[in-house]
Amino acid sequence: MGDLDFEVIGRVLPYLAAGLQYTIQLTLVAAAGGVVFGTLLAMARLSAWRPLALAAAGYVNLMRSIPLLLVIFWFYFLMPVLLQSLTGAERPPQIGAERSAYITFILFEAAYFCEIMRAGIQSIAKGQAGAGYALGLNYWQVMRLIVLPQALRNMLPVLLTQAIILFQDVSLVSLLNVTDFVGAAVKVAQRDSRVVEMYLFVAVVYFVLCYSLSAAVKQLQRRIAIVR
Amino acid sequence: MNLDIFLQQVPDGDGAWWQMLASGLQWTLLVALCAWIMAFVLGSLVGVARTTETRWLTRCGNAYVELFRNIPLIVQFFLWYFVVPGLFPAVKVWVTTLDPTHHQVVTAIVCLGFFTSARIAEQVRSGIQSLARGQRNAAYAVGLTPLQAYRHVLLPMAYRLIIPPLTSEVMNLIKNTAVAYSIGLTELFFRTREMGEMTFRYFEAFAAATLVYVVIALTANRLMAWIERRVAVPGYIGGSR
Repeated sequence: MGDLDFEVIGRVLPYLAAGLQYTIQLTLVAAAGGVVFGTLLAMARLSAWRPLALAAAGYVNLMRSIPLLLVIFWFYFLMPVLLQSLTGAERPPQIGAERSAYITFILFEAAYFCEIMRAGIQSIAKGQAGAGYALGLNYWQVMRLIVLPQALRNMLPVLLTQAIILFQDVSLVSLLNVTDFVGAAVKVAQRDSRVVEMYLFVAVVYFVLCYSLSAAVKQLQRRIAIVR
Repeated sequence: MNLDIFLQQVPDGDGAWWQMLASGLQWTLLVALCAWIMAFVLGSLVGVARTTETRWLTRCGNAYVELFRNIPLIVQFFLWYFVVPGLFPAVKVWVTTLDPTHHQVVTAIVCLGFFTSARIAEQVRSGIQSLARGQRNAAYAVGLTPLQAYRHVLLPMAYRLIIPPLTSEVMNLIKNTAVAYSIGLTELFFRTREMGEMTFRYFEAFAAATLVYVVIALTANRLMAWIERRVAVPGYIGGSR
């Protein structure tokens, strides 16, 4: 235990910070994209047109029953092939794990955000949508102006909690050799044989960030709860 | 898509690829089962601790849950696999006597056990707290000690109420075993990737793994739904059916 050297962290701090920046960037993009796509999925699941509702439910249930790691690797290997058939290019385009991760996480998280938004939409009294239709609004207007703003607001704490989970899940991209926060730590740990120091540091940083974020979400939850 | 690949022999091993995947599945299920038992026992204890009237016990329980919830699973795997033996020489000595596979299996069970226990503790706590206050008081009124009140009144009720969230924890646990790939445990995902890498038949390998995970998830879901029906409490919304 005597030969720990925490100074290594100071030396590689810029490298780790770049990794953390990628992690945060990926989290934000995936959360934003996931909420948008997830909301569309939720609307599809609640659609009166059965085939659409079934297709959306099938997508969500499939995504939720397989490990994220498997999804990450599916997209990593299949995205180039898929893009090739879409664009008609001669060879599969090289998009790289860093970029394919954005699409992977948007599509994967959408399944989880969908279930949250579905609960949110269902929590709005039916009369509200009915009143909207009575005023002559169409479906998209009722959704955009009446239902979704309230659903989003009611579900905000849950959505943010899911975003914190997403922030932690992003670390799995390090297994595709991506230099996210964990990936950066793994590379330094192996290069300098400072495994104990690096992983302890990563754990502490994640703990501090996630703990403060979830404390903030709890605070927000209390504030929103009073208004309603 | 060509299914013959599953019958092809593995280049430097005995058996065909489907047997390779099946052996991975065995590890996945074994790790999940052991981790579930550990998580259920630990999670119940911590969950109960968080509902007692002893201040320091509640605090410790809360800290326990926060600790395991706020660190990514893969980092927890690294902590158990690299950091714990690195910090405690006694663990290191013990670990070096183990077969590498056994070291990975033990690490995966311990890591997933603690990780899942924090989630179960949260469910157990909310289950107990959702019970009407009168239940605890009634238990005390008929002369039960706190321990007996938990054993005979509070926990039997709480467990039944939290079966739906426990179902999703079972499924999460099975999915989370895939992260054990990060420490090299040859579970289902490891074998899937290995098959893709060695045969370049990623599509077939991943499709097979997806199918297996979906079947496991459905089975776990049905099993828990069956348990839920069997133990439903008459008079509660879930029990009136």
